[in-house]
Amino acid sequence: MSELPLDSRAPLNIGRLPIGSIGRAANGWWGMMMLVVTESSLFVYLLFAYYYFAARSGPGFLPEALPSFHLSGPGTAILIASSVTLWFGQRGARRGSRAQLLAGLLVTIALGALFVGLQIFEWSEKPYTIASHAYGSAFFTITGFHMAHVVAGLGILLALALWSGLGAFDERRMSAVDIGTIYWHFVDAVWLAVFFTFYITPYLR
Amino acid sequence: MMERLWNRKPSIQAPRIVGRLALAPLLALASPAIAASEESTSAPMYYLKTFGPKGDITASLTWGLLAIAAGVSVLMSVLVIVAMFRNGRSSMATPGSPLPIAHPPGGHRWIYLGLALTTLVLIALVIWTMDVLAEIDEPAGEPAFTIEVTGQQWWWEARYVDPDDPSRSFVTANELHIPVGEPVRITLASRDVIHSFWVPALAGKTDVIPGQTNETWLQADREGVYRGQCAEYCGLQHAHMALRIFADAPEAFQAWWDHQLEPADEVPEGSELLAVGERQFRLQCGACHAVRGTLAGGEAGPDLTHLMDRTTIASVTLPNTPGHLSGWIADPQHQKPGTTMPNPDLSGPELNAIRHYLETLD
Amino acid sequence: MAVDYQKRPEAGYVTKELEAKLHKMWETKPGLFGVIATVDHKVIGIRYIVTAFAFLVVGGLQALLMRLQLAQPDQTILTPEQYNQLFSMHGITMIFLYALPILSGFSNYLFPLLLGTRDMAFPRLNAFSYWVYLASGLFMYASFLIGQAPNNGWFNYAPYALKPFNPGLNMDFYALGMVFFGISTTVGAANFVVTVMRNRAPGMSINRLPIMIWGTTTVSVGILLANPAVSLAFFLLWLDRQFGTHFYDTAGGGQPLLWQHLFWIFAHPWVYIIVLPAMGMVSDALPVFCRRPLVAYTLVILATITTMLLGFGVWVHHMFATGIPFLSMSYFSGASFIITIPSAIATFAWIATIWTGRVVVTTAFLYFAGFISMFVIGGVSGVVTASVAADLQLHDTYFVVAHIHYVLIGINLFGVLGGLYFWFPKMSGKMLSERLGRWNFWLTFLGFNLAFLPMHWTGLLGMPRRIYTYPEGAGWSWVNMLTTVGSFILAFGILLLFVNVWMSLRRGVAAGANPWDAPSLEWATASPPPAYNFTVMPVVASRHPLWEDRLGESEGHSSIERGLILDDGKEMLATSVIDAAPRAILKMPEDDPWPFLVTLAMTLGFTALLLHWWWIGLAAGVATLLGCVFWLWPRGDLAQTKGTAHE
Repeated sequence: MSELPLDSRAPLNIGRLPIGSIGRAANGWWGMMMLVVTESSLFVYLLFAYYYFAARSGPGFLPEALPSFHLSGPGTAILIASSVTLWFGQRGARRGSRAQLLAGLLVTIALGALFVGLQIFEWSEKPYTIASHAYGSAFFTITGFHMAHVVAGLGILLALALWSGLGAFDERRMSAVDIGTIYWHFVDAVWLAVFFTFYITPYLR
Repeated sequence: MMERLWNRKPSIQAPRIVGRLALAPLLALASPAIAASEESTSAPMYYLKTFGPKGDITASLTWGLLAIAAGVSVLMSVLVIVAMFRNGRSSMATPGSPLPIAHPPGGHRWIYLGLALTTLVLIALVIWTMDVLAEIDEPAGEPAFTIEVTGQQWWWEARYVDPDDPSRSFVTANELHIPVGEPVRITLASRDVIHSFWVPALAGKTDVIPGQTNETWLQADREGVYRGQCAEYCGLQHAHMALRIFADAPEAFQAWWDHQLEPADEVPEGSELLAVGERQFRLQCGACHAVRGTLAGGEAGPDLTHLMDRTTIASVTLPNTPGHLSGWIADPQHQKPGTTMPNPDLSGPELNAIRHYLETLD
Repeated sequence: MAVDYQKRPEAGYVTKELEAKLHKMWETKPGLFGVIATVDHKVIGIRYIVTAFAFLVVGGLQALLMRLQLAQPDQTILTPEQYNQLFSMHGITMIFLYALPILSGFSNYLFPLLLGTRDMAFPRLNAFSYWVYLASGLFMYASFLIGQAPNNGWFNYAPYALKPFNPGLNMDFYALGMVFFGISTTVGAANFVVTVMRNRAPGMSINRLPIMIWGTTTVSVGILLANPAVSLAFFLLWLDRQFGTHFYDTAGGGQPLLWQHLFWIFAHPWVYIIVLPAMGMVSDALPVFCRRPLVAYTLVILATITTMLLGFGVWVHHMFATGIPFLSMSYFSGASFIITIPSAIATFAWIATIWTGRVVVTTAFLYFAGFISMFVIGGVSGVVTASVAADLQLHDTYFVVAHIHYVLIGINLFGVLGGLYFWFPKMSGKMLSERLGRWNFWLTFLGFNLAFLPMHWTGLLGMPRRIYTYPEGAGWSWVNMLTTVGSFILAFGILLLFVNVWMSLRRGVAAGANPWDAPSLEWATASPPPAYNFTVMPVVASRHPLWEDRLGESEGHSSIERGLILDDGKEMLATSVIDAAPRAILKMPEDDPWPFLVTLAMTLGFTALLLHWWWIGLAAGVATLLGCVFWLWPRGDLAQTKGTAHE
């Protein structure tokens, strides 16, 4: 077995290494990426179910009224805005500003909660329920899945707000923030796919 | 080889089955040679010897595939064995003792050669498959009529439809007649769960799926009886959801069709037994079973107008004999546990009367 | 506790003091707390293996009962309902609760050892994945207690799975159990992928990874992409059953075939998911007994990845009879043929390895040689069914049952048993008896082939699957008797394995670090390995670190006795994805009870959903989320919170 000194023959020249969870060095960052991959495919299958119904059931599948943007439009804008505010907070954290991080998190949470409120209001306005027909089942299940992800995202943001309020992070030790925000942006991106499916495609037929 | 292996083993089992076992392989090995066109053959569901154009062309393909499969399996196993002994063997004296290691060249040739051969065979198989698939997709000529088959737990309803004359339609169950040598279109619908329509000696499967109507076609080139069976798991009595196809000479088929159109004969005057039987049948069975020409008009169970024309009952579970008929009516849940037909509340004489009445339905 | 942001790791030799220090840090605490809280991948791996074998035994006993029922025509040993529950649970057990978890067990145990690191990327998630596997398995098995086990097969087609046809709790157990089990599978897969990408010995670039690592990593990516389909399918089924949605029932415009699409989009890749890691194990272990490196390493890896990719494109070949269009059938038939090609590459690579090597015949080798034969038979019978025209006859007959058993027993179980003979000495420090091993192998091999080779013929004689009995005149009696006899011999063979394990643990020969003179890193540490795996972090310069001097083909030299010393708490290296260059020093978690507690909360939650205890379900959900918050609470000793020390 070789007992040669490390640096003499091997091409390795190991210098100073960061310790612990910093940015992408944290395993958690990669773990979150895995979550994003698997959750993305979950939504692919959800939307597959919708398009499968649409393709197999013919014109009678969609409800008579075309979808309205009066709630979904503002909801979408709010969700996109929440990604911006979160990015703003994260940028503050990178500079060491706990206040900016907290402000960004809290505004994002407020916007997310507003989206959930709008969505529930829109649900209550629908003339059909989850048990009415295949379209109703698909609509409430898919938007419901998305809503559950928003709520989970809000939970993550709340935990981050709590921890940063307790002073857990500084400008370098903040991988929890970096990891948690990925999830929120992902949930926003998913909404765009859901929104396109339920609110745009009916106009394209 | 199988025979020898297995002759050594049966001691595990009770001795009384040994006799049957010894005979069985002979029958089954002989089966390809025996015409399977009678259900009485040893392997009525065998599909490598078939009796219609659809099955025939598929059987040749399957034989080809099986031959290649068996050849490849044997070849590769022989290669493994030869490879093991080729260079002599080392032995492992004690755990941890070092053994020689080498990195002889030449391994990649195997892969290139193997890959080339595999690819060629696969291309040939794809072409062959597509050819057969195109062949069985549609019959050569336009079918003269359609049988609308409805699968349900756990029997088959069949409605014969004459496209030229709607009044010549009728309904029967579990035993379908077709004219020999002619293609017949079959549409498949389900009243409950998924089933699969399969008559192996004639053609492959087509699933019977609720909410959609699938289509297939059958043609038998030889007169005879062909067994079919539901091939998609459909619940408790999936095992007892068989059917029979009778391929008749054209005249016989025409006569059968004409006969099926007729309502049941009236119960003859003066027969007290049959009158009781008819009344009891109407009261006890008429909600589910229809006998055309009487007040019994149920649709949940098989149409029994010409019950005596059928060779079997309970979806080809029991032969249609007076004894089995009585046993079936008296206790269907014993014969076919879970069947949708409930055990009736009948006295002995009532049962007897119903059975006698049923025997008049020819 | 504050931690520096950076440091320069030191290199050094293995010393007794270092070993003692590391032992203190890494060993699992004794007592019940240790049992619940351990995050040691080796303990978790062995738990996986033991649990999976327990499920194998249970599933096997179910099979034996069914074989008794089918030994002769018209038997009434089992009622139809009992038979249907047994064949359903047999499939569920073998395919879900045995076949993947056994491979996860080996992978869990071996990943950090093969990769030259100290633990998985997420040790606590690893513990969680095991607990959820156990809990979801017990959850599904609890259905037997009330006599309402799933009774619709593992494939579970709608609409028979819907409430009008299946009013009991049977399907709810299965639906919720599978969503629950999917969580375990998913987090386990994520853990493998991140471990491979981020936690390897310096120098173990991707072209030096053992094949088994490639196999498990490939299928883990496959799981991340495929598993949501089945979780979703079962969740929608549950919605249909409980809340009157219309996904699968035709009454409200639903589509029964949606189930089949979602299910097979998952389940076909799944078949590859439960064989590719076993193929990887054979690719790593077989060459050791041929005394040469595997032929065509790169091609075998490409074949593994290609198989997984193609595996996502052939699901409709399970649905040829459903009335799909001609063009679609042609495509899926063609794709199913093509998937043979990567399998052929692997097969020829194994045969060429034996052909050009010098064979050491051990029980493990016999299992691998048998594996190759069984692999070929299962593969070519798959080719036969890939031909759509032929498949319309073969589909749903015992031919397919024979095929799937050649695939699952031949490829998974034979690979696993060979792997067990190979790695058991590493896990226990004791050799298994070769003498008993031969008996074990030959009985298993002969019993298996006696049971399943004639079964192809049963299928050609037209016997449909999933029938609880058959009439005497059908011509299926003698082949079924053969299968029954064979299955009992097979079961006896497996029993001998357990005898062998038990005897070896009591008085087996000591194995030493490297009993087979094998080349990979797990053999560079003691048997069984210490809690910290490697005293110093090894540095790798070739594909076969322990053979490289004798093969004489590497550029540098691997360094095993001397390596990086990481002893400032539980530490291991983060490395770059392609080259495995050191990128960071990670702080690893201590034993932690939260994974277990969160699993308990989830078990309560799923039970509540099953029994419609909605408020308890909600409470359990909240408890689960709170548990996760505590689990993930930023901790100083993991260097997740702001530090005080600067340089």
